[in-house]
Amino acid sequence: MAAPAAAGAFEGIDAEREVFWGFTRPQLLAFGLMLVFIAVAPFFLYPVFLMKVLCFALFACAFNLLIGYVGLLSFGHAAYFGMGGYLAGHSAKVWGFTPEVSIIIGGLAGMLLGWLIGMLAIRRQGIYFAMITLAMAQMVYFFCVQAPFTNGEDGIQAIPRGAFLGSVSMARDFNLYWLVAGIFVISFLFIHRVIHSPFGQVMKAIRENEPRAISLGYRVDDYKLIAFVISAGLSGVAGGTKSIVFGIATLTDVFWTMSGEVVLMSLVGGLGTLFGPVAGAAIIITMQNYLAEFGAWVTVIQGVIFVLCVLAFRRGVVGEIGRLLKVRL
Amino acid sequence: MIDISNSGRRNFLSATGAMALGAATPMTGARAQAAQTIRIGVLTDMSGPFRDISGPTSVVATRTALQDFGNRGFNVEVLVADHQNRPDVGVSLVRQWIDRDGVDVIVDVPSSGVALAVNNVVRERNKVYLNSTAATVELTGGQCSPNTIHWTYDTWMLARSTGAALVRAGGQSWYFITADYAFGHSLEGQTMDFVRSAGGRVVGSVRHPFPGTTDYSSFLLQAQASRAQVVAVANAGVDAINVIKQAGEFGLMRRGQRVAGLLVFANDVNSMGLQVAGGSVLTETFYWDLNDRTRALSQRVVANGSPGGNRPSMGHAGCYSATTHYLKTVADMGVVAAKADGAATIARMKAMPTDDDAFGAGTIRADGRKLHPAYLFQVKTPAESRGAWDFYTLLQTTPAEEAFRPMAAGNCALVRS
Repeated sequence: MAAPAAAGAFEGIDAEREVFWGFTRPQLLAFGLMLVFIAVAPFFLYPVFLMKVLCFALFACAFNLLIGYVGLLSFGHAAYFGMGGYLAGHSAKVWGFTPEVSIIIGGLAGMLLGWLIGMLAIRRQGIYFAMITLAMAQMVYFFCVQAPFTNGEDGIQAIPRGAFLGSVSMARDFNLYWLVAGIFVISFLFIHRVIHSPFGQVMKAIRENEPRAISLGYRVDDYKLIAFVISAGLSGVAGGTKSIVFGIATLTDVFWTMSGEVVLMSLVGGLGTLFGPVAGAAIIITMQNYLAEFGAWVTVIQGVIFVLCVLAFRRGVVGEIGRLLKVRL
Repeated sequence: MIDISNSGRRNFLSATGAMALGAATPMTGARAQAAQTIRIGVLTDMSGPFRDISGPTSVVATRTALQDFGNRGFNVEVLVADHQNRPDVGVSLVRQWIDRDGVDVIVDVPSSGVALAVNNVVRERNKVYLNSTAATVELTGGQCSPNTIHWTYDTWMLARSTGAALVRAGGQSWYFITADYAFGHSLEGQTMDFVRSAGGRVVGSVRHPFPGTTDYSSFLLQAQASRAQVVAVANAGVDAINVIKQAGEFGLMRRGQRVAGLLVFANDVNSMGLQVAGGSVLTETFYWDLNDRTRALSQRVVANGSPGGNRPSMGHAGCYSATTHYLKTVADMGVVAAKADGAATIARMKAMPTDDDAFGAGTIRADGRKLHPAYLFQVKTPAESRGAWDFYTLLQTTPAEEAFRPMAAGNCALVRS
């Protein structure tokens, strides 16, 4: 947001100006490209794979809202993602709700859990904050191992996809894809709106200098907690959507490695950028999917890419592109 | 057709690469031939705790079955993928295989969670599912499917063989060390029932947290203090190996207690070593050194390049046996018909009696349960063993018709009428 240098000042000012609904021109262009891709991709690529990418992209965006804009590194986001998945699965299978209601229930579960854990965690900063979120997430994990409604390590199996609003059958991948795409785009715009609201400005102020934000009279803890709850709720939506897509909700989604994976996605894509988590999720999920035939080498390749990312382009893929083009993405 | 002449992981990878090339070439030539190609997807664990008991050796065992079917007028391709023990990864792989790559049959699939998830997808798409390495009885119980055969073993069979047979062999009082999650509970519960009905006594049990327990000393001390004749270990994979190793260190076997691993494979014994595992008791449905046919099969699997000379255990043998029977059925009913209707293929497989080098003659029940005998083995001590992989002494054999859960008790919807 700093004033650009004299050279190329016109470009700089132009690229920074918000032309539409808080989007700068390059961001609007990137958003348009993303929309076109979402609309065209299912005709070329496998829809179930794309839905998985969208679910994780949403999860990574929700995570990025905390780390990228409030500066809080949560290491327990799997708890909200997984619990959202379990509750959405349970309500679709056992209570017989339609998919959109189930996903909303998943989101509410994430919010509630985020509120409980957030209240404790935001009292500390830095590594202590990360460790508290991790510890609480592990408690949630062990709860899920034991709780009868999760079926332990078998998970909730054969979750019906149901019918959207009770009328449009979601059994066809193609139909479900548009629902998932809709959820993703709406959530993405919501996150964008949050970041560009006055509330978002305060979030960024807290990220840059917390004592100063306090001295200016902002109730920092309240802002942090609200950001935490929003992030957890959207993670729950992502988890719920994923369990409807695949028809299963399992312990994988609440395990700490899932928390690590979302950190990885955000890092590879670019922390604190709007489109970074989306790109990061797409890269990681594509790798997991298309490298599966290499067996044991998947994790090794994933590790090498992570190391490359940290060494060669620290701002992540989108962050580096933005730096090269001198724009904010 | 598929040349397998090498060993080791690097060679295994290049073999996969060569196979992919081989798969690509005929595509360019005659598309009509695609209808004459059966595609087998081996979904397994290449990187996690089940790598040794399924993994690359399952792939080799499946390919070994293809060698018998070179010239039956149809091509067979094998695709391999690692489900990483994650049901979501497994499901998306299987969906992709079926929707995009034209896979007709899914083989192996260890890890109950993944196995049950795949069961639903295969049923929805009407393909064939031959599960060899998952333990859950749900596959032939509440979640049984007209598209599924559960081939090799299940927890009921293990519980019955180890529980009842060991009581008959003199183990009267029992103590359980159980992993505290659904699989552990069901294995413990089923085994306790058999112990009691055979006239044995359960003197106590202790549950250890799952996952992540590495130090079992307090549980083992309780087991030792109970003075039970048999200490049953109701967990799997790395956990079971750790308990048995530490039981050896505490001298449980030396002091006359029998340690029974309720789910332990020959490959686990290999990684523990006889020094540690010697004297413990376990159940398998296959052992390479049972008879001439099993010895011949094991030799072929090792010659075909199982990694590190890994001998097949029951899971691998199941992959061989299931693939063999499936290909026999395909040859019998025609490739086009077999590709078109998975449930019809399974029905044909159930109607045909099985016979192969792994399990000898056997049958498949209407609920999808493959039947063969179960063997209770005692692991040899280093002094008794005559060489590498000479692991087991046969204690008891449970005949095929008694080894598995009766159909009526399973509550399978296919046979409830």
